[in-house]
Amino acid sequence: MTITENKPNSIIGTRLLRREDPPLLTGEAKFTNDLNIPGALHLSVLRSPYAHANIKSIDVSAALKIAGVVAVYTGKDLQSAWAAPMPCAWPVTTDMKNPPHYPLAIDKVNYVGDGVAAILAINETASRDALDAIDVQYEPLKAVVDLEDALSDKNIIHKDLGTNKSYTWPLLVEETPGCVEEAFKKAKYKIKERYVQQRLIPMAMEPRAIAAVPQPFGGDITLYSSTQIPHILKVMSALTLGIPEQQVRVVAPSVGGGFGSKLDVYAEELLCMALARKHNTPVRWVEERTENTQATIQGRGQIQHVELAADENGKITAVRVRIIGDMGAYLQLVTPGVPILGAFLYAGVYDIPKAYDFSCTSVFTNLTPTDAYRGAGRPEATYAIEMAVEALAREMKIDSFELRKRNYIKKEQFPYMAFSGLTYDSGDHLLAAEKAAKMTDLAGVRAQQKKQNVPGATKLLGVGMSSYFEMCGLAPSRVLASLNYSAGGWEAATVRVLPTNKVQVITGTSPHGQGHETSWAMIAAEKLGVAPEDVDVLHSDTAISALGLDTYGSRSLPVGGVAIALACDKVIEKAKLIAAHQLECAAEDLQFVNGTFSVKGSPDRALPLAAIAFGAFTAHNLPDGCEPNLEAQVSYDPPNFSWPFGTHMCVVEVDTETGAVKILKYIAVDDCGNQINPLIVEGQVHGGVVQGIAQALFEEAVYDSDGNLKSSNLAEYLVPAACDVPSITTAHTITPSPTNQLGVKGIGEAGTIGAAPTVMTAIIDALSSLGVTTMAMPASPQTVWKTINEATRGGKK
Amino acid sequence: MKVSITVNGKEHHGDVEPRTLLVHYIRETLGLTGTNVGCDTSSCGACTIHLNGEAVKSCTLLAVQADGDSVTTIEGLAKDGVMHPMQTAFMENHGLQCGYCTPGMVMAAIGLLNENPKPSEEQVRLGLEGNLCRCTGYHNIVKSVLAAASAK
Repeated sequence: MTITENKPNSIIGTRLLRREDPPLLTGEAKFTNDLNIPGALHLSVLRSPYAHANIKSIDVSAALKIAGVVAVYTGKDLQSAWAAPMPCAWPVTTDMKNPPHYPLAIDKVNYVGDGVAAILAINETASRDALDAIDVQYEPLKAVVDLEDALSDKNIIHKDLGTNKSYTWPLLVEETPGCVEEAFKKAKYKIKERYVQQRLIPMAMEPRAIAAVPQPFGGDITLYSSTQIPHILKVMSALTLGIPEQQVRVVAPSVGGGFGSKLDVYAEELLCMALARKHNTPVRWVEERTENTQATIQGRGQIQHVELAADENGKITAVRVRIIGDMGAYLQLVTPGVPILGAFLYAGVYDIPKAYDFSCTSVFTNLTPTDAYRGAGRPEATYAIEMAVEALAREMKIDSFELRKRNYIKKEQFPYMAFSGLTYDSGDHLLAAEKAAKMTDLAGVRAQQKKQNVPGATKLLGVGMSSYFEMCGLAPSRVLASLNYSAGGWEAATVRVLPTNKVQVITGTSPHGQGHETSWAMIAAEKLGVAPEDVDVLHSDTAISALGLDTYGSRSLPVGGVAIALACDKVIEKAKLIAAHQLECAAEDLQFVNGTFSVKGSPDRALPLAAIAFGAFTAHNLPDGCEPNLEAQVSYDPPNFSWPFGTHMCVVEVDTETGAVKILKYIAVDDCGNQINPLIVEGQVHGGVVQGIAQALFEEAVYDSDGNLKSSNLAEYLVPAACDVPSITTAHTITPSPTNQLGVKGIGEAGTIGAAPTVMTAIIDALSSLGVTTMAMPASPQTVWKTINEATRGGKK
Repeated sequence: MKVSITVNGKEHHGDVEPRTLLVHYIRETLGLTGTNVGCDTSSCGACTIHLNGEAVKSCTLLAVQADGDSVTTIEGLAKDGVMHPMQTAFMENHGLQCGYCTPGMVMAAIGLLNENPKPSEEQVRLGLEGNLCRCTGYHNIVKSVLAAASAK
């Protein structure tokens, strides 16, 4: 089902330029820190320099003497300001351990960057100057930094919990009891691998910024925040502060990237709100980059043990996975759920029997809390299965693509009931993979590789690939309930045709770079037969868009975009009743084409939507019982997740003398079903791929054994620049999703999910003749060089 | 300290604290918030402006160092409501997503073409080394700059 079929003038599917761009390109766009808020006090947060310490005393007297400083608060001072601890909305198990977490630490700090005191001053300079004047006496404690060390419970971070373990979440699916164990016993081939997902810093280019503006009477408060989740933030901040929810309005102005890092309820948001109410004056805060690396969530942070069992043909017969998840010092909004989002994907795109044994144990460490970062659990899972499949191919001494072909879920098996009980909506893995192989010239590269990778060669060629499945568009509320997620997965939309036939779309999604204004206008324009420029898209302000669940998990299009299409349908349905009334015919005799209702078979008996919209506004001649105005609201709860997929391939050259990795070619073939705007789809893939390449080659939040972050700014944390990454060749196959009328799937995270294993398998392929079978991420020149040396020395023994 | 700086063709006289960075003078004193701040180590380039026609990071200069100089910010590029060809090239090639790095990226790209009007892809990538983008993967930024160069 493609909605573009038989529609040559379709807007959907065109490369419409983004309406978001002119204000962003000319400097007119307003990010939170650009807002002019007269009289605002500036907040600075004093942060712990210790990863783990008791707070013995805090002396703020000198800080209070600094000119311009208005007040200084410690965690104890503000204890009564909180009606509840900071929220964690995903208690994945009923016995999950969740230590109380307040915006400022009270007796004890648990990571470098934990807030200790809040300073309010008349300007930013004064509030920052006062940071140095606060005297805190700490009693340092042993920091727990290593995951396996945390698991041992030798040093317990949150004493009251009695353990560092937050939860163990198992998923055992067996056709018959014990069949996993049996499959491993019977297996011709067994693979047992251990992978480390290093911690990553999301590093949105806009640091977080906040302004809380109280109304002078009545207790209302408006929170401006560079957030991905104004709606969730509204509910959660009201609960945490004990404010009636209707008094809170949250606005996300232009937001400069998120990648999950702005999918949270942060201490500074709550501090700004609490202090703005206390002082009855606006309070604002802007994050420094160094704070961003420590006090904004980090991503990944897992140790993965993966085992595959396979028969003599390489058909995978069982999968066993054990994960240790790094929660960091506290549980943020969805921290515990991140590994669980990956739990269903450790079989990747492969057709496996019901023989799946997954378990994740997550632990606290004295490090910055982790949470969802682009892909959230799914890049980790995809990396593990794809690396393990490569290991299996090496073990079997067959081509890894050939091995994948033997295991792919076949096109004709869709919709595919997976081992987990989840249904994969649609797919054609072989098609995407063969397209990628063709574009890579796989045979040609393999031939070149044979010529180039001869003994003694120092520039070795490698080809990598990864076929992925992504479970996104979070999504059916009932399924989320079964995972103990506290919220639903629906999305809201309102479509309103104004008397002048201009259209307002109000969405609950909250874009921060994804171009929703353009894409949502295209959907409404297509449905209503108006020009996209006649459609205004309103969002990211809870006073305008009262209902919504915001933007994360590649959900905006398959949930929010589909909600808009459904709201348009409702508008058309109502308009049809009015048209039937005015044309004096039965509604079922009417057709709606290109914005006009006409009687089937008598095209001259017609009414354009414009006339009906005006008629609905004047309400002079409406059918009995028909309300005035042409608008409809929809809350859409999708029946399934959306399952985009694809295959990425890349060609690398590894310099064995320097350890440098150069990506010569990167091919991404992604299938996100029907595309609303291919220009935007490609952009999402490019950016996602580079974030995945960045995990493979460059980025890591490096901590020392005392829990100090050694890569705490952009000079030390290697976000790649233009010269560090290749051009990306994108292509698509189109397998529409059968679960929604637009046939769409999400695409925001796909690139990131596909890229890291693609690059890493290429590096290992390049070095396989030297005996290299494993490589840690990031594969920096030093790591590559060391790994080569270890392998070749090992080989000489 | 007294400074006199011409910004986007308009002369501004003011009294600034000596420690005021040029970027803060532009944003806070002049209210030109198109120039963004993305780091504290002069790594990200979001604050790139033109100082006497040359692209510089405005966080690396004190306002007083720009006394007597001419500054162009992102707000000064469009003329009579028509965007600069580089801005148009970014729009046409989807060279921006969240747009936070964009003002600095556009200013750096114009500076790059001023020095090298017909760069290769590699020269564009190297030339933009000081400007970080987290959304686009640079692919469409490079494409935008090459398009602007070939349109010249």
